[in-house]
Amino acid sequence: MIDAFADILVYNWFGLDAATRLGESVHFFFYDTIKIIILLSIMIFFISIIRSFFPPEKTKKLLSNYKKLTAHFMASLLGVVTPFCSCSSVPIFIGFVESGIPLGVTFSFLITSPIVNEVALVMLYTIFGWKIGTFYLISGILVGVIGGIVIEKLGMEKYVEEYVYQINVSDDEIEELDWNDRIAFAKKEVKDIVGRVWKYVIIGIGIGALIHGYAPAELLAKYAGANNPLSVIAAVIVGIPLYANAVGTIPIVEALMGKGVALGTALSFMMATTALSLPAMIILRKVIKPKLITVFVSVVGVSIIAVGYMFNFIMTII
Amino acid sequence: MEIKIYGSGCSNCVKLANNTEKALKEAGVDGEIIKVEDMKEIAQAGIMSTPALGIDGDIKAKGKVLSVEEIKELLQ
Repeated sequence: MIDAFADILVYNWFGLDAATRLGESVHFFFYDTIKIIILLSIMIFFISIIRSFFPPEKTKKLLSNYKKLTAHFMASLLGVVTPFCSCSSVPIFIGFVESGIPLGVTFSFLITSPIVNEVALVMLYTIFGWKIGTFYLISGILVGVIGGIVIEKLGMEKYVEEYVYQINVSDDEIEELDWNDRIAFAKKEVKDIVGRVWKYVIIGIGIGALIHGYAPAELLAKYAGANNPLSVIAAVIVGIPLYANAVGTIPIVEALMGKGVALGTALSFMMATTALSLPAMIILRKVIKPKLITVFVSVVGVSIIAVGYMFNFIMTII
Repeated sequence: MEIKIYGSGCSNCVKLANNTEKALKEAGVDGEIIKVEDMKEIAQAGIMSTPALGIDGDIKAKGKVLSVEEIKELLQ
């Protein structure tokens, strides 16, 4: 239905030819924009309902019940469902560490949370299908677990700003919500999130559309395809300084993959742009010292590269 | 009445502050708005999701931008 609408809009109303590059790019742009905005609104609503059951206060309580590997795993898993925005990462960090949750477990949460953003996940499922969506979910959790464990093993506690340990968090009661509250919360989230990300979606789809119509497929496949062993590393290094919303990156990734860029390479790029970004590091600098930031970036960067290679390998055997 | 807006200055915090100002005016309540931007203080208040709104030392809302109407109700 959306496809038919985009057909009419682009080919009939705009009078563009379906066989031209311009026609193809413009069609891709409208089709994807409409599809994604509609799906996002529906899915954010349902996901927000789930999220309303996991405020950070509850996550914190849940996490103190687990130990070692299970704790890292649960932290990553909860990172997926706990509502989180990068401006809250500092209070969450302090809240976790102060309540005695190990530093590494806190990092497992903080690493996975931005990577497996529920909005990104929805877009991956809808654009690429459940297989890739699930791969991405698993690898996001994997990167969080591995990153957290390494930071724990390195004993980085002394690189946390001293004041964090001196803070005494006052009572934090968990707000009781009824179904009306949850639905109201979900509606608000749809409005907020769609209102915030639509620009990125359009910019992302716009760039995606350009790549779709114009990028030289042979060139990309040659340099970023599965056969170039350095492609994943290059993708991650390029992705780190880029600060992009996962939502905006996905259409670009989709278009790149259509041009022969390997799946693992594309997903690594996406994870690097979301998990490691300059603004996030500047925020984290308020609670951790430069040394730990360096460790954080290296550990997460290396894990993302490893996951990228793993994917590229998996794709060659299935 | 002392109203505290907790948040690091992100766009949602600014929105909440603006809504609060409007709510005060519309409700005709005399109150002082204090913006708490220091992370230590925010964490100390037990807040893990910003923005948050406190009235006379009570945290009324966390992690959401309340509408003008909702704030007015809290002010009553």
